[in-house]
Amino acid sequence: MQASDRFNINSQLEHLQAKYVGTGHADLNRFEWAMNIQRDSYASYVGHYPLLAYFAIAENESIGRERYNFMQT
Amino acid sequence: MMYTRMDPEIAKTQEERRRMEQELASLSSVTFDRDLYGGTDRAGLVDSIPANDEEEPDVHDNEVARRLASYTAPKSIFKDMPRGGDESEEVNGTQKSSRIIDREDDYRRRRLNRVISPERHDPFAAGEKTPDPSVRTYGDVMRETALEKEKEETLRAIAKKKREEEEAGKGKESVKEPAAASAAPAKRRNRWDQSQDDEGAAKKAKTASDWDLPDATPGIGRWDATPTPGRVGDATPSLSRRNRWDETPTPGRVVDSDATPAAGATPGATPLGVAWDATPKGLVTPTPKRQRSRWDETPATMGSATPVAGVTPVAGSYTPGVTPLGGSDLATPTPSNIALRGPMTPEQYNLLRWEKDIEERNRPLTDEELDAMFPQEGYKILEPPASYVPIRTPARKLLATPTPMGTPLYAIPEENRGQQFDVPKEMGGGLPFMKPEDYQYFGVLLNEEEEEELSPDEQKERKIMKLLLKVKNGTPPQRKTALRQLTDKAREFGAGPLFNRILPLLMQPTLEDQERHLLVKVIDRVLYKLDELVRPYVHKILVVIEPLLIDEDYYARVEGREIISNLSKAAGLATMIAAMRPDIDNIDEYVRNTTARAFSVVASALGIPALLPFLKAVCQSKKSWQARHTGIKIVQQIAILIGCAVLPHLKSLVEIIEHGLNDENQKVRTITALSLAALAEAAAPYGIESFDSVLKPLWKGIRSHRGKVLAAFLKAIGFIIPLMDAMYASYYTKEVMFILIREFQSPDEEMKKIVLKVVKQCVSTEGVEADYIRSDILPEFFKNFWVRRMALDRRNYKQLVETTVEMANKVGVKDIVGRVVEDLKDESEPYRRMVMETIEKVVANLGASDIDARLEELLIDGILYAFQEQTSDDANVMLNGFGAVVNALGQRVKPYLPQICGTIKWRLNNKSAKVRQQAADLISRIAVVMKQCHEEQLMGHLGVVLYEYLGEEYPEVLGSILGALKAIVNVIGMTKMTPPIKDLLPRLTPILKNRHEKVQENCIDLVGRIADRGAEFVPAREWMRICFELLEMLKAHKKGIRRATVNTFGYIAKAIGPQDVLATLLNNLKVQERQNRVCTTVAIAIVAETCSPFTVLPALMNEYRVPELNVQNGVLKSLSFLFEYIGEMGKDYIYAVTPLLEDALMDRDLVHRQTAASAVKHMALGVAGLGCEDALVHLLNYVWPNIFETSPHVINAVMEAIEGMRVALGAAVVLNYCLQGLFHPARKVREVYWKIYNSLYIGAQDALVAAYPTLEDEGKNTSTGD
Repeated sequence: MQASDRFNINSQLEHLQAKYVGTGHADLNRFEWAMNIQRDSYASYVGHYPLLAYFAIAENESIGRERYNFMQT
Repeated sequence: MMYTRMDPEIAKTQEERRRMEQELASLSSVTFDRDLYGGTDRAGLVDSIPANDEEEPDVHDNEVARRLASYTAPKSIFKDMPRGGDESEEVNGTQKSSRIIDREDDYRRRRLNRVISPERHDPFAAGEKTPDPSVRTYGDVMRETALEKEKEETLRAIAKKKREEEEAGKGKESVKEPAAASAAPAKRRNRWDQSQDDEGAAKKAKTASDWDLPDATPGIGRWDATPTPGRVGDATPSLSRRNRWDETPTPGRVVDSDATPAAGATPGATPLGVAWDATPKGLVTPTPKRQRSRWDETPATMGSATPVAGVTPVAGSYTPGVTPLGGSDLATPTPSNIALRGPMTPEQYNLLRWEKDIEERNRPLTDEELDAMFPQEGYKILEPPASYVPIRTPARKLLATPTPMGTPLYAIPEENRGQQFDVPKEMGGGLPFMKPEDYQYFGVLLNEEEEEELSPDEQKERKIMKLLLKVKNGTPPQRKTALRQLTDKAREFGAGPLFNRILPLLMQPTLEDQERHLLVKVIDRVLYKLDELVRPYVHKILVVIEPLLIDEDYYARVEGREIISNLSKAAGLATMIAAMRPDIDNIDEYVRNTTARAFSVVASALGIPALLPFLKAVCQSKKSWQARHTGIKIVQQIAILIGCAVLPHLKSLVEIIEHGLNDENQKVRTITALSLAALAEAAAPYGIESFDSVLKPLWKGIRSHRGKVLAAFLKAIGFIIPLMDAMYASYYTKEVMFILIREFQSPDEEMKKIVLKVVKQCVSTEGVEADYIRSDILPEFFKNFWVRRMALDRRNYKQLVETTVEMANKVGVKDIVGRVVEDLKDESEPYRRMVMETIEKVVANLGASDIDARLEELLIDGILYAFQEQTSDDANVMLNGFGAVVNALGQRVKPYLPQICGTIKWRLNNKSAKVRQQAADLISRIAVVMKQCHEEQLMGHLGVVLYEYLGEEYPEVLGSILGALKAIVNVIGMTKMTPPIKDLLPRLTPILKNRHEKVQENCIDLVGRIADRGAEFVPAREWMRICFELLEMLKAHKKGIRRATVNTFGYIAKAIGPQDVLATLLNNLKVQERQNRVCTTVAIAIVAETCSPFTVLPALMNEYRVPELNVQNGVLKSLSFLFEYIGEMGKDYIYAVTPLLEDALMDRDLVHRQTAASAVKHMALGVAGLGCEDALVHLLNYVWPNIFETSPHVINAVMEAIEGMRVALGAAVVLNYCLQGLFHPARKVREVYWKIYNSLYIGAQDALVAAYPTLEDEGKNTSTGD
């Protein structure tokens, strides 16, 4: 970080961003980012019921089990 | 049929008109664009934060809040110290000093008596090691305190005994002595103010009066508050110089100073005192008492503690602290060097030199000289008789000491070229100007020694000093860099050197608010960096920071709290307790008070539970009542500080202190009751069950106690009763009431205030019925409290009004107003004012429906009388009261209106400007009621009268007259207004030139109102003229005026068409002033909004072709505002402006790109979801290359534009832009892209899931999870 934006709003912005899991930084490697992506995706599947139902039909599983599976991975 | 069909249409139109009118009605309160200006209702905001419950907010502050339309800065700011004022003004003393010490009272000044203690042992860092004997451990400190106390007791006893003896013995002596003793404290104050060397000061011996008034006197001791001679030796000495007192063999010194207690002050205070100690005492010991008294007198000619020198008021006359060194080198042996380091004025110096000169001439002849003079034979050397005592003043003795540099007759003082006397020296290396009082701290920096010759430690110290000086006296940029360096290198410098430099500065008596703020900031930053390294310095820091907790400046208190909180987080609870424990039962009340406050901050920082066991132990201390007192006070301060957050710990806190109610010491009982009150107040309205255990002792207490303790107990009960259920509250109220009624008669002011407060609290609780109040409380209450005397004290006044209003809430308007209405004709004006304020509040709260015809008559009569008889009404009480009553009575006031208007007219013609202003203000308050009473003719008449007074010369009055006209126009409308608008407006145009804020604001409001509602009454040419005047108003300092002006442009443009107005505005873009241009752009945007964008955009975009930076930026800014205002209407114009924005986003000028980016942002946000994606993507392509900008404003604007695009285009699009750089080989690129990704992620994480790229499995690092 440069001296100039150590005390301005941008630094606060970065601080804010750093508080969220799933945000990244310049040193993040491909694997870590992929892991974040996957977690986000599973969280999204669990969060949207229609998606969950869709997967359940596709995999021929109960919705509850699908949700459980997604949460485990 | 026709009729029914028409009806809804009419209704719709009417509805619409009403809505519009409502919107426009807000013109008067200048809140136009809720979107733009946030639409906050300023009246709802608190304009000041109450500091704590102990301080009553100033009446004047309230006043400002009530009047709301204050036209200058709030009074609280005027009252405030001028910060960072002109230095040249400060020097000549015409300005009010901004030094902290000048506004402190004696109690607060006691902070200077504390001494920065040496570092302490840090058991955490040391681990299992036995502490080095030279380091002070917790045990040492505790022992010292105990010893100190014991000594204090003994000395007090000795002094007392001695005094008694002396009083009995010699009448004459005893007359003289108390006088001296009483003079001592005053002198000491001066000495403290003047002497800036706290080493030297610490060395100064103490007076006997120290022992006489142990609590009130400051100790100058090294480690503790109260010093005693020779005490320092007990403790492990930390600074080598300190020991010199003890090294010097001074037989019977303590006895000496004991024997001449009053006198002790002077020699001790003189720096030379050290030298006397250094000389063998044997010489003096045999001298009789009188001799010693001469000692005391002599130094008056030369010592720095002499009254003459001591009171030299102008700090500027100081020579640098080092000056006297040269002189002292000549004359005195080493020990005095240190002492003389203290400030010495040139006069003193000259005196010293002169005296030395005389001494040289008159020095006794030596044996050798005599031998040379006289023949060898015929003379015989005789032995001096046994009874002979040489006459020697200390000064002679001192100066006669042979010195290597002693020269006969006149001595040219040794010149040290390294120093300057009066002229502040040019500081090398870009160091800021040094004030005279800074020399003793930073004087070393003036010595031009080679840096390389210094040891690394000294170099480090130098560096710290330089940085500190820059922080303290430097320009803002200097300060900023210095602060940053100090922070960054904090660990490198080390805690010791840093604090040893910073803390003495904070003890500097001449410190100013701004400087203190800066230094405190340094400590804060440094603390954060040093973390656990601060442990040994905790007490040192506390000594300096604690006084901030009781400063009268709110921000200082907050700062103090913040530092202590950070300190406790850095050092940990154990260290904090160890550092503060010895102070808890310090003999000095000041120390205990500040320590209690500091502890409460620690509790709030580290959590109450952590502190509970310690508090419990302290509150039950058997050893001293002081400890119990402080412990309980800590609980009180905790309650005050953290408010309702005490609730989870309420029970344990109450349990900890409850035994204090039965303590044997009265002070402890009092503080316990006060703490309970604070706890109950903090917990309200919950937590009554926690107080169960104290109810009984409290109730027993109020029956058995009297005076102060009773007051405290009553206070506690007053705060506990509101927590109770209705039934209990009623019961307990009745129980306590008879005591309260008994105390109604108490002459004690404090008791009165508490009783009033408790009555208020009791009355406002649910279970207390109106009948009970009416029959049991009111008669006594009015008999004892509604007397003239109560109106004289501000606090009493306030409390009484509050309590009475609270009672009125219970028993109704009639009972209260009926009782006081006659007093409106009382002969005492303050009393009338108090009555008026009460009536105003009661009527404003409860309305006037309760008031019958007879009372109404009395009321109006009384109010008119009081209004006319007032001589001064700074707080507008009479005006507000009048307004409130008239508004409450509404139509019932009709019969009195002619009389009221007669009064107003008469007063409008008064000689006094205040009276005229008040009359005009009154019109604006009652205009609405006059309309209700259908007194339009009367209003028209008043309108004409006001119109005639528009030539008023006092701006305040003129402002009020304009306000009154505005109020009348508002209620009777443009058409019925007399004088007609076409006459009124031309009269207003010249007034727009007036530079007074109040006039400007009211005038622009009135003009805007007319432009809005009655533009057709005025020819277009007149409006254009007004437009030109308005341009000037855009320069106004007050935001409200600028805002009203900008809106008026909108109305005028609507009235006469945008073309002419726009031409004026676009021309104004060429001016130099930034603020003016900004306001113009806003005005353009508003014109575009009111007259539809298509009327404005062509001209505006055409203006962009002018090859001038300011104009182009103005156009872009207008576009930005424009798209912000028009919102989704922007979809019709987005394609039109895209080429312009393209150009701007490619411009070389940063500001072009910045402003264009913010225009793009507003545009994108406005048209989100309206199918303009193609244009937006196009624009995004132009915005995107700017992401690598570094200038903060530009990058902010660009990032916001991208955020806007995220909203309008969806996160997926922006993610695809992002993906190209997330893993770019260059870190700089990656950083920026990740920043964008992160804000994207936070903004629309869920939406990203669908657009995440498919990452090919690379075979390694495969996630095993699925």
